[in-house]
Amino acid sequence: MEQKKYMNSYLAGACLGLLLLATIYITGRGLGASGAIKSFTVAAVETVAKPHTDNAKFYKEYTTEHPEGPLTNWLVFEVVGVLIGAFISGLISNRLGFKMEHGPKITGRTRAVTAMIGGALFSFGAQFGRGCTSGAALSGMAVLSTGGILTMMAIFGSAFAFAYFFRKLWI
Amino acid sequence: MGPLVPDIIGNQLNLVVALFIGMLFGAILEQAGFSASRKLAGLFYGYDFTVLRVFFTAGVVSMFGVIAFDHFGIIDINLTYINPTFFWSAIVGGLIMGLGFILGGFCPGTGLCAAAIGKIDGIFFVIGSFLGVFVFAEGYPVFEGIYKAANWGNVRIFETLNMPQGVFAFLLTSVAVFAFWATSIIENRVNGIKRPAVRFTPYYVSLGVIGGAIALSSFVLPQRQDSLLKKVEDREFINQCSVNKITPDELAYRIMDNENNIQIFDFRNVVEFTKFHLPKSVSFKAGNLFEKEPVKALSTKGRISIFTADDELTAKKMAVVAQELGFDNIRILEGGLSNFKSQILDFDTLSVAHSRQEMDTYRFRTKARKVIPVMIEQAKKSSGVVKTAAKRVIGGC
Repeated sequence: MEQKKYMNSYLAGACLGLLLLATIYITGRGLGASGAIKSFTVAAVETVAKPHTDNAKFYKEYTTEHPEGPLTNWLVFEVVGVLIGAFISGLISNRLGFKMEHGPKITGRTRAVTAMIGGALFSFGAQFGRGCTSGAALSGMAVLSTGGILTMMAIFGSAFAFAYFFRKLWI
Repeated sequence: MGPLVPDIIGNQLNLVVALFIGMLFGAILEQAGFSASRKLAGLFYGYDFTVLRVFFTAGVVSMFGVIAFDHFGIIDINLTYINPTFFWSAIVGGLIMGLGFILGGFCPGTGLCAAAIGKIDGIFFVIGSFLGVFVFAEGYPVFEGIYKAANWGNVRIFETLNMPQGVFAFLLTSVAVFAFWATSIIENRVNGIKRPAVRFTPYYVSLGVIGGAIALSSFVLPQRQDSLLKKVEDREFINQCSVNKITPDELAYRIMDNENNIQIFDFRNVVEFTKFHLPKSVSFKAGNLFEKEPVKALSTKGRISIFTADDELTAKKMAVVAQELGFDNIRILEGGLSNFKSQILDFDTLSVAHSRQEMDTYRFRTKARKVIPVMIEQAKKSSGVVKTAAKRVIGGC
């Protein structure tokens, strides 16, 4: 079967904006993604090396901020929802299936490596930014947080600045 | 009044809510095309501006939503999570994320969506993102300095730029609309599409009209607190308003009677309040009338709220604000606290009563003069300043 077309961008944006508004109204906080990645990582390290997490400063601070444990976390539940929601959406629109997407000039292997490095850099930066494109930039813009808007401008500014050097990856 | 967490929706139920919100979030991102890395990267090479359109539309819609909810008192912005600003960390983090974006082709949320539908590059991106957190966690002592530097607190952009909220909202919307227009022209040029980029189909015209109306409303919707407080400063307006009064004698009687259905809201400053305040009174500021926690006392059924200040006019202004906000059963103390002091607390026992009614008043006030100061002393020991600030929701990543 053929893949369905994507939703109109403005309509999708309006839906996303209304969802974010509802989230803020109900929970008093915005959407996020990188926070859940952080929680999963902390949980994993805790399981593997408990003595280490009891002593290292980052994990100690994390435990004080999240006394209920890394996995009983709003964002963890939200991200599990994201996975389910995206899967259902892919199912409905016939977009499921294992596929490596990459630019015409690079191999799948190069794409895998750059995707992984990109992922690492993104979530590393998200620790400094106290959130990623969803948690800091988008949710920050909704409540007009200075930090969120600064981070948003830095993300897009930097991506545009680096775009020229990595053009072979995409076009 | 929102946010509904934690008192209407408990913390356990909140996690279920999170799951549902997440499902909608994931579905919208996937439907918008955010599960395809080449579509996302298109923003930076000019062949596909979907990211910009979705992101900016969502940002503008939610921003106006929050402004309107705040204005109409649907949400208490003081309880809402405002991402804290750590200046250097925000900038450095953003710059690193930008590099990650151009290399990886995803951001964490979209990477998860891609992985969920089987995109292998998305799966690699997510694996990488765990590593990124791990590196940060292990190197935390090195990064901590910059991570915590220049803490500006929960500051909002229009405060930083020192402009009214509505003006900033309007500027941001104008930038967004301009960007939508300009990028659709660039997009068509890069992709070699000949037909005009901006077509006035009914769909886009109606979208534009709605957008324009929302943008203009930002000027009609100043922060509600500011506009109401300004309104009651208008002498003519305040003279037209009527608020029920309570005489010093009646108030004194009710205090002595130890009635439980009255509560006194004292609008003087905290210093004066600590020095002297009537029994059953709480210290209140104008801003408290707009906050979710403090006003709970005002909406208690079957209670009479008595607004006091040094003079009657100040109390009246506050009472009018409260009435505009939909609270009823409010009285103001006739003549203010200064009148109460002179008539009751400092009642001149040497004054001569002429009529029978004046005799009654004389007897009552002589008694009140002795009893109430004792009650005031007791109240000082027991209550003190009532804490009215509530905690902000903890959020963020």
